Amino acid sequence: MPIFQAKVEVNLRPSVLDPAGEAAKSASLRLGIEGVNKLRIGKSIMIEIDASTEDEANKSIQLLCDRLLSNPVIEKWSFELNRIPIESQVSL
Amino acid sequence: MTIGIVIFPGSNCDRDVRWATEGCLDMSTEFLWHESTDLSHFEAIVLPGGFSYGDYLRCGAIARFAPVLSSLVDFVSKGGKVLGICNGFQILTELGLLPGALIRNKDLNFICKDVDLIIESKRTSWLVNYKQDKQITLPIAHGEGCFYCNEDSLKKLQDEDSIALRYSLNPNGSTYDIAGITNKKGNVLGMMPHPERACDSKIGLTHGQEILKSLISN
Repeated sequence: MPIFQAKVEVNLRPSVLDPAGEAAKSASLRLGIEGVNKLRIGKSIMIEIDASTEDEANKSIQLLCDRLLSNPVIEKWSFELNRIPIESQVSL
Repeated sequence: MTIGIVIFPGSNCDRDVRWATEGCLDMSTEFLWHESTDLSHFEAIVLPGGFSYGDYLRCGAIARFAPVLSSLVDFVSKGGKVLGICNGFQILTELGLLPGALIRNKDLNFICKDVDLIIESKRTSWLVNYKQDKQITLPIAHGEGCFYCNEDSLKKLQDEDSIALRYSLNPNGSTYDIAGITNKKGNVLGMMPHPERACDSKIGLTHGQEILKSLISN
Protein backbone atom coordinates (compact mmCIF):
# COMPACT_ATOMS: atom_id res chain seq x y z
CA MET A 1 0.00 0.00 0.00
CA PRO A 2 1.31 3.49 -0.80
CA ILE A 3 2.71 5.52 2.09
CA PHE A 4 2.04 9.24 2.39
CA GLN A 5 3.79 11.81 4.52
CA ALA A 6 1.91 14.77 5.95
CA LYS A 7 3.54 17.81 7.53
CA VAL A 8 0.88 19.39 9.71
CA GLU A 9 1.09 22.89 11.17
CA VAL A 10 -1.17 23.92 14.02
CA ASN A 11 -1.28 27.58 15.03
CA LEU A 12 -3.32 29.63 17.46
CA ARG A 13 -6.00 31.74 15.83
CA PRO A 14 -4.93 35.39 15.56
CA SER A 15 -7.56 36.42 18.12
CA VAL A 16 -6.11 34.10 20.78
CA LEU A 17 -3.45 35.48 23.10
CA ASP A 18 -0.10 33.65 22.89
CA PRO A 19 1.73 34.48 26.13
CA ALA A 20 4.55 32.01 25.35
CA GLY A 21 5.10 33.77 22.00
CA GLU A 22 5.11 37.14 23.76
CA ALA A 23 7.70 35.87 26.27
CA ALA A 24 9.90 34.57 23.44
CA LYS A 25 9.51 37.90 21.64
CA SER A 26 10.75 39.74 24.74
CA ALA A 27 13.73 37.36 24.97
CA SER A 28 14.67 38.10 21.37
CA LEU A 29 15.46 41.67 22.43
CA ARG A 30 17.73 40.37 25.18
CA LEU A 31 19.56 38.41 22.51
CA GLY A 32 20.14 41.74 20.81
CA ILE A 33 17.80 41.16 17.88
CA GLU A 34 15.74 44.26 17.28
CA GLY A 35 12.70 44.67 15.09
CA VAL A 36 10.88 41.45 15.97
CA ASN A 37 7.32 42.75 16.03
CA LYS A 38 5.44 39.47 15.91
CA LEU A 39 6.28 36.02 17.27
CA ARG A 40 3.61 33.32 17.53
CA ILE A 41 4.37 29.76 18.62
CA GLY A 42 2.64 26.83 16.94
CA LYS A 43 3.17 23.10 16.50
CA SER A 44 4.58 21.05 13.66
CA ILE A 45 3.54 17.41 13.41
CA MET A 46 4.92 14.83 10.99
CA ILE A 47 2.73 11.88 10.07
CA GLU A 48 3.27 8.87 7.85
CA ILE A 49 0.13 7.05 6.83
CA ASP A 50 -0.72 4.02 4.71
CA ALA A 51 -3.57 4.73 2.29
CA SER A 52 -4.69 3.30 -1.02
CA THR A 53 -5.08 6.73 -2.65
CA GLU A 54 -3.97 10.30 -2.03
CA ASP A 55 -7.61 11.28 -1.59
CA GLU A 56 -8.06 8.74 1.19
CA ALA A 57 -4.87 9.91 2.92
CA ASN A 58 -6.04 13.49 2.58
CA LYS A 59 -9.39 12.75 4.24
CA SER A 60 -7.76 10.87 7.12
CA ILE A 61 -5.29 13.67 7.82
CA GLN A 62 -8.07 16.28 7.70
CA LEU A 63 -10.05 14.32 10.26
CA LEU A 64 -6.97 13.94 12.48
CA CYS A 65 -6.29 17.69 12.28
CA ASP A 66 -9.86 18.62 13.05
CA ARG A 67 -10.61 16.17 15.82
CA LEU A 68 -7.31 15.43 17.53
CA LEU A 69 -4.34 17.57 16.56
CA SER A 70 -6.09 20.93 16.89
CA ASN A 71 -8.90 22.46 18.87
CA PRO A 72 -10.85 24.52 16.30
CA VAL A 73 -12.05 26.88 19.06
CA ILE A 74 -8.54 28.27 19.47
CA GLU A 75 -6.42 26.87 16.65
CA LYS A 76 -6.13 26.63 12.86
CA TRP A 77 -4.35 23.92 10.95
CA SER A 78 -2.86 23.31 7.51
CA PHE A 79 -0.83 20.49 6.00
CA GLU A 80 1.23 19.38 3.04
CA LEU A 81 0.80 15.83 1.82
CA ASN A 82 3.30 13.92 -0.29
CA ARG A 83 3.52 10.35 -1.41
CA ILE A 84 6.75 8.73 -0.28
CA PRO A 85 8.48 7.30 -3.37
CA ILE A 86 8.89 3.52 -3.33
CA GLU A 87 12.70 3.73 -3.45
CA SER A 88 12.69 5.84 -0.26
CA GLN A 89 10.39 3.35 1.43
CA VAL A 90 12.89 0.57 0.76
CA SER A 91 15.74 2.61 2.19
CA LEU A 92 13.69 3.21 5.37
CA MET B 1 -27.05 7.55 45.06
CA THR B 2 -23.41 6.92 44.21
CA ILE B 3 -20.93 9.39 42.78
CA GLY B 4 -18.35 8.15 40.28
CA ILE B 5 -14.92 9.75 40.09
CA VAL B 6 -13.16 9.05 36.81
CA ILE B 7 -9.45 8.26 37.04
CA PHE B 8 -7.40 8.92 33.91
CA PRO B 9 -3.70 8.15 33.73
CA GLY B 10 -2.30 11.37 35.20
CA SER B 11 -5.32 12.40 37.29
CA ASN B 12 -4.11 13.60 40.67
CA CYS B 13 -7.14 15.09 42.43
CA ASP B 14 -9.26 11.93 42.33
CA ARG B 15 -8.50 11.01 45.95
CA ASP B 16 -9.00 14.60 47.09
CA VAL B 17 -12.50 14.53 45.60
CA ARG B 18 -13.22 11.22 47.29
CA TRP B 19 -11.98 12.53 50.62
CA ALA B 20 -14.32 15.50 50.25
CA THR B 21 -17.43 13.59 49.10
CA GLU B 22 -17.00 10.47 51.22
CA GLY B 23 -14.81 11.59 54.12
CA CYS B 24 -16.23 15.05 54.72
CA LEU B 25 -19.74 14.86 53.31
CA ASP B 26 -20.58 11.19 53.82
CA MET B 27 -21.66 10.62 50.22
CA SER B 28 -21.30 7.19 48.63
CA THR B 29 -18.41 7.38 46.17
CA GLU B 30 -16.62 5.01 43.78
CA PHE B 31 -13.61 5.34 41.56
CA LEU B 32 -14.11 4.68 37.87
CA TRP B 33 -11.19 3.68 35.64
CA HIS B 34 -11.13 5.58 32.34
CA GLU B 35 -11.72 2.36 30.42
CA SER B 36 -15.05 1.68 32.14
CA THR B 37 -18.15 2.22 30.09
CA ASP B 38 -20.98 1.28 32.46
CA LEU B 39 -22.27 4.37 34.24
CA SER B 40 -25.73 2.96 34.88
CA HIS B 41 -25.62 2.96 38.68
CA PHE B 42 -24.14 6.40 39.14
CA GLU B 43 -26.11 9.44 40.16
CA ALA B 44 -23.35 11.84 39.16
CA ILE B 45 -19.85 11.78 37.69
CA VAL B 46 -16.84 13.90 38.62
CA LEU B 47 -13.94 14.48 36.24
CA PRO B 48 -11.15 15.43 38.65
CA GLY B 49 -8.15 17.68 38.25
CA GLY B 50 -4.67 16.60 37.25
CA PHE B 51 -2.77 16.08 34.05
CA SER B 52 -4.68 13.41 32.14
CA TYR B 53 -2.43 11.64 29.64
CA GLY B 54 0.32 14.10 30.59
CA ASP B 55 -1.69 16.93 29.00
CA TYR B 56 0.03 15.94 25.75
CA LEU B 57 -1.07 17.86 22.65
CA ARG B 58 -3.44 20.06 24.68
CA CYS B 59 -4.99 19.74 28.14
CA GLY B 60 -7.77 17.18 27.90
CA ALA B 61 -7.19 16.50 24.19
CA ILE B 62 -6.35 12.82 24.54
CA ALA B 63 -8.60 12.16 27.53
CA ARG B 64 -11.65 13.02 25.44
CA PHE B 65 -11.13 9.78 23.51
CA ALA B 66 -11.21 7.62 26.65
CA PRO B 67 -13.95 4.92 26.51
CA VAL B 68 -15.63 6.29 29.64
CA LEU B 69 -16.29 9.58 27.91
CA SER B 70 -18.38 8.05 25.13
CA SER B 71 -20.65 6.77 27.88
CA LEU B 72 -20.48 10.14 29.61
CA VAL B 73 -21.95 11.93 26.58
CA ASP B 74 -24.91 9.56 26.75
CA PHE B 75 -25.12 10.00 30.54
CA VAL B 76 -25.31 13.78 30.11
CA SER B 77 -27.95 13.59 27.38
CA LYS B 78 -30.13 11.59 29.78
CA GLY B 79 -29.81 14.34 32.39
CA GLY B 80 -27.01 12.86 34.56
CA LYS B 81 -24.99 15.41 36.50
CA VAL B 82 -21.33 15.92 35.64
CA LEU B 83 -18.83 18.12 37.44
CA GLY B 84 -15.50 18.83 35.73
CA ILE B 85 -12.90 20.37 38.00
CA CYS B 86 -9.76 21.99 36.55
CA ASN B 87 -8.42 19.32 34.14
CA GLY B 88 -11.97 17.93 34.18
CA PHE B 89 -13.25 21.30 32.92
CA GLN B 90 -10.60 21.25 30.18
CA ILE B 91 -11.77 17.77 29.16
CA LEU B 92 -15.42 18.90 29.02
CA THR B 93 -14.55 21.71 26.61
CA GLU B 94 -12.42 19.40 24.44
CA LEU B 95 -15.32 16.96 24.40
CA GLY B 96 -17.70 19.72 23.31
CA LEU B 97 -20.04 19.31 26.29
CA LEU B 98 -19.14 22.87 27.27
CA PRO B 99 -18.15 25.72 24.92
CA GLY B 100 -14.81 27.55 24.79
CA ALA B 101 -11.33 26.33 25.66
CA LEU B 102 -8.80 26.67 28.47
CA ILE B 103 -5.46 28.09 27.41
CA ARG B 104 -2.18 29.11 29.04
CA ASN B 105 -2.51 31.68 31.83
CA LYS B 106 -1.92 35.21 30.60
CA ASP B 107 1.29 35.68 32.60
CA LEU B 108 2.49 32.08 32.06
CA ASN B 109 2.58 31.44 35.82
CA PHE B 110 1.20 28.36 37.49
CA ILE B 111 -1.17 29.97 40.00
CA CYS B 112 -1.92 28.23 43.29
CA LYS B 113 -3.92 30.34 45.73
CA ASP B 114 -7.35 31.04 47.19
CA VAL B 115 -9.48 33.32 45.05
CA ASP B 116 -12.72 35.19 45.61
CA LEU B 117 -15.47 34.16 43.23
CA ILE B 118 -18.74 35.81 42.36
CA ILE B 119 -21.73 33.53 42.01
CA GLU B 120 -22.97 34.85 38.70
CA SER B 121 -26.01 32.63 38.36
CA LYS B 122 -28.15 30.49 40.61
CA ARG B 123 -30.18 29.18 37.66
CA THR B 124 -28.87 25.65 38.07
CA SER B 125 -28.87 23.37 41.10
CA TRP B 126 -25.08 23.57 41.49
CA LEU B 127 -24.95 26.90 43.27
CA VAL B 128 -28.49 27.42 44.43
CA ASN B 129 -27.81 26.33 48.00
CA TYR B 130 -25.23 28.97 48.80
CA LYS B 131 -26.60 31.19 51.51
CA GLN B 132 -24.08 33.81 50.53
CA ASP B 133 -25.68 36.05 48.00
CA LYS B 134 -22.70 36.72 45.90
CA GLN B 135 -19.23 35.70 46.94
CA ILE B 136 -17.38 32.50 47.84
CA THR B 137 -13.69 31.67 48.20
CA LEU B 138 -12.09 28.58 46.66
CA PRO B 139 -8.55 27.54 45.79
CA ILE B 140 -7.24 27.48 42.23
CA ALA B 141 -4.15 25.59 41.03
CA HIS B 142 -3.51 25.75 37.31
CA GLY B 143 -1.16 26.82 34.56
CA GLU B 144 -3.72 26.60 31.78
CA GLY B 145 -6.88 28.02 33.24
CA CYS B 146 -7.44 31.03 31.04
CA PHE B 147 -10.97 30.53 29.70
CA TYR B 148 -11.23 31.59 26.09
CA CYS B 149 -14.29 31.90 23.89
CA ASN B 150 -15.21 34.20 21.03
CA GLU B 151 -17.80 36.97 21.29
CA ASP B 152 -20.62 34.88 19.87
CA SER B 153 -20.03 32.08 22.38
CA LEU B 154 -19.82 34.59 25.23
CA LYS B 155 -23.10 36.16 24.19
CA LYS B 156 -24.71 32.73 24.02
CA LEU B 157 -23.41 31.89 27.52
CA GLN B 158 -24.83 35.18 28.81
CA ASP B 159 -28.16 34.76 27.02
CA GLU B 160 -28.54 31.26 28.40
CA ASP B 161 -27.49 32.39 31.88
CA SER B 162 -24.79 29.71 31.83
CA ILE B 163 -21.95 31.66 33.43
CA ALA B 164 -21.83 30.14 36.91
CA LEU B 165 -18.75 31.64 38.55
CA ARG B 166 -16.56 34.66 37.83
CA TYR B 167 -13.30 35.77 39.45
CA SER B 168 -13.52 38.91 41.59
CA LEU B 169 -9.99 39.68 40.49
CA ASN B 170 -9.11 37.94 37.22
CA PRO B 171 -5.93 35.91 37.93
CA ASN B 172 -5.29 34.35 34.53
CA GLY B 173 -6.72 36.44 31.70
CA SER B 174 -9.99 34.54 31.34
CA THR B 175 -12.59 36.02 29.00
CA TYR B 176 -15.17 37.99 31.02
CA ASP B 177 -13.41 36.79 34.25
CA ILE B 178 -15.05 33.38 33.79
CA ALA B 179 -14.12 30.71 36.35
CA GLY B 180 -16.95 28.23 35.71
CA ILE B 181 -19.79 27.60 33.28
CA THR B 182 -22.70 25.24 32.87
CA ASN B 183 -24.40 23.83 29.80
CA LYS B 184 -27.83 25.12 28.82
CA LYS B 185 -29.62 22.23 30.45
CA GLY B 186 -27.71 22.91 33.66
CA ASN B 187 -26.61 19.36 34.44
CA VAL B 188 -22.94 19.92 33.51
CA LEU B 189 -20.67 22.28 35.45
CA GLY B 190 -17.06 22.95 34.51
CA MET B 191 -14.92 25.05 36.82
CA MET B 192 -11.23 25.82 37.32
CA PRO B 193 -11.40 26.32 41.13
CA HIS B 194 -11.22 23.22 43.32
CA PRO B 195 -14.30 22.78 45.55
CA GLU B 196 -12.90 19.48 46.88
CA ARG B 197 -10.02 21.37 48.51
CA ALA B 198 -12.46 23.52 50.44
CA CYS B 199 -14.61 21.02 52.30
CA ASP B 200 -12.75 20.29 55.51
CA SER B 201 -12.86 22.99 58.20
CA LYS B 202 -9.74 21.49 59.81
CA ILE B 203 -7.65 22.61 56.87
CA GLY B 204 -9.41 25.85 56.04
CA LEU B 205 -12.15 26.82 53.66
CA THR B 206 -15.50 25.05 53.41
CA HIS B 207 -17.12 26.90 50.53
CA GLY B 208 -16.72 23.91 48.25
CA GLN B 209 -19.20 21.79 50.18
CA GLU B 210 -22.43 23.01 48.59
CA ILE B 211 -21.18 22.36 45.05
CA LEU B 212 -20.28 18.76 45.90
CA LYS B 213 -23.47 18.21 47.87
CA SER B 214 -25.45 19.30 44.84
CA LEU B 215 -24.06 16.30 42.91
CA ILE B 216 -26.91 14.30 44.40
CA SER B 217 -29.65 16.90 44.71
CA ASN B 218 -31.95 18.29 42.07
